[in-house]
Amino acid sequence: MEILRVDNLSKSFGGLKAINNVSFGLRKGAIKAVIGPNGAGKTTLFNLISGFLRPDSGSILFKEQEIRDYDAHRIARLGISRTFQHIRLFPGMTVIENVMMGRHRFGRTGFLGSMLNLPRKKREERETRDGAMEALRFVGIEELAHRDALELSYGQQRLVELARALALEPEILLLDEPAAGLNMRETAEMGQLIQRIRDRGITVLIVEHDMSLIMKISEEIVVLSYGEKIAEDVPLAIQKNEEVIRIYLGEEDAQDH
Amino acid sequence: MRKYLGIAFLLMGIVAIQLVASFTDSVYYLTQLTMAGYYTMAVLGLALLMGYAGQISLGHAGFFAIGGYSSAVLTTYNLLPYRDGLFYRLLEALQLLQKREDLYGDTIVNLHPVVAMVVALLLSALIAYVIGIPVLKLKGHYLAMATLGFGIIVYRVVLGTALFGEADGISDVPPFRFYGDLGISGDMDLRVENYYIAWISVLLIMVLFINLLDSRVGRALRAIHGAEDASRAVGIDTGDYKLKTFVLSAVVAALAGVGLTHFNGGIGPSEASVMKSVRYVAIVAAGGMASLWGTMVMSTFLNFMSLRGYFGSYDDALFGGILILIMLFAPEGILSISFRRAWKRLIPRTERVRDGDTEGR
Repeated sequence: MEILRVDNLSKSFGGLKAINNVSFGLRKGAIKAVIGPNGAGKTTLFNLISGFLRPDSGSILFKEQEIRDYDAHRIARLGISRTFQHIRLFPGMTVIENVMMGRHRFGRTGFLGSMLNLPRKKREERETRDGAMEALRFVGIEELAHRDALELSYGQQRLVELARALALEPEILLLDEPAAGLNMRETAEMGQLIQRIRDRGITVLIVEHDMSLIMKISEEIVVLSYGEKIAEDVPLAIQKNEEVIRIYLGEEDAQDH
Repeated sequence: MRKYLGIAFLLMGIVAIQLVASFTDSVYYLTQLTMAGYYTMAVLGLALLMGYAGQISLGHAGFFAIGGYSSAVLTTYNLLPYRDGLFYRLLEALQLLQKREDLYGDTIVNLHPVVAMVVALLLSALIAYVIGIPVLKLKGHYLAMATLGFGIIVYRVVLGTALFGEADGISDVPPFRFYGDLGISGDMDLRVENYYIAWISVLLIMVLFINLLDSRVGRALRAIHGAEDASRAVGIDTGDYKLKTFVLSAVVAALAGVGLTHFNGGIGPSEASVMKSVRYVAIVAAGGMASLWGTMVMSTFLNFMSLRGYFGSYDDALFGGILILIMLFAPEGILSISFRRAWKRLIPRTERVRDGDTEGR
């Protein structure tokens, strides 16, 4: 069953077609990767799906519901959670507070209820804290709960952001370069973590540059180049796809890393 | 319970000041402290908006004035000529009218202050809501300019409308009585009572705000302030939170306006002036931007000094000066001040120019 369906999606910035007529489906419970050279439109695609950008045309169906015109917060509330390429934690908050923000959509207490300390507030606070703690435990950093989030190492901050995205109890998790800036050991652990997330029944769509990680964990891969989809297949087939090889060899000449 | 420790100290402070004033035969100080209390309420509302929701308003005196003027008009406008009208009889039947004699012994009938207050608060909420929807889409300087524009409009409307008494304002506003003679009024015999009414109101607002900040809503506000994209990604409707905070702070400012108007027995256009709005912003900034306690202390001190006339004719200039200094040295509020950084900001300016020169050559 497809939990997400993207059809003929297009988005231009000025004259540049960042995403051009891209279609693909996301099978429930799968790990799917989006790869492509720099500037291929991967992050734009993520921003379109998560509501941070509005598409020019095309459709985005989440469980057969059209969500292309929904604002980011509404999409998050539906159960599509994301992380950012450049980590975005809330400054001045502890780790647990950051992750508690991920539980926002489960709360009902508003301005009045908060000001008057209605009984529901106390109950919800406890539930929020418990849920956040569980997410921290899942990613394995519960001992950091009361540290200032921005004081942590880069790798730990990535885990905090991931815990926050998981605290939302999403059906789909969008990961934008989760291994960027991580060392090899941390990358391997991140790969295992993503697989454990999938094992919980959460569908994962991932943008990543680390090819060995992608080939190891993803079940299907979409390849973008200059905003267009040029291939979609299982990892082994992608590795043998001539056009993909050509694009990546070309990029490696240019980047040489 | 620890978060209410400050409230307990505040209560003790309120009582202590009154006792000292009463035993040293200087209760006249309480008059300015009462007025400072009402201004502090308005400033606290603004602190919530600026420090926590991260939105500036340079038109908050406008909301203060909307509250004060609505209340003043509704409690002074003589409804007696309409006594045969259906609306009048309805209000009379519901006991929402108040009969009294004016200075010349003529009977006047007007709305009960409680009703007037409710109308004033609803009106300010409505105006804040309608203005907030378009204006809060703006950020930074643009939001400041737009709210400034709103403040100027309120000021000019007040100044140019006969109903609002034009440059004279509205006087003879009746007391706001709670029980018997006890209530908000400028009556000399009720000076101590009025001091307590004002400051218990401030205390209650503090309790409500502390509760608000220590909650799901308060966390969401801090999140929006800290990282707006990330807060949207966790499902926070940032526009909705900003709007609700704006409305809440406007209503608190209006409530302060209602209180001060009944205490002073009137209101004039200076309450709506842009300089008042600038003053509120300056106090919030001086109080530490995101600190309710800092704002409260700073507001009490500065308003009291100003009302006692210590700043003389430099009153407005002083608040303008405070604002400039804070924007220069501690744009995040005075509590964030680091003298090293402040010093750096002053000194390396010249060095930077020199660096630029050498690079140029």
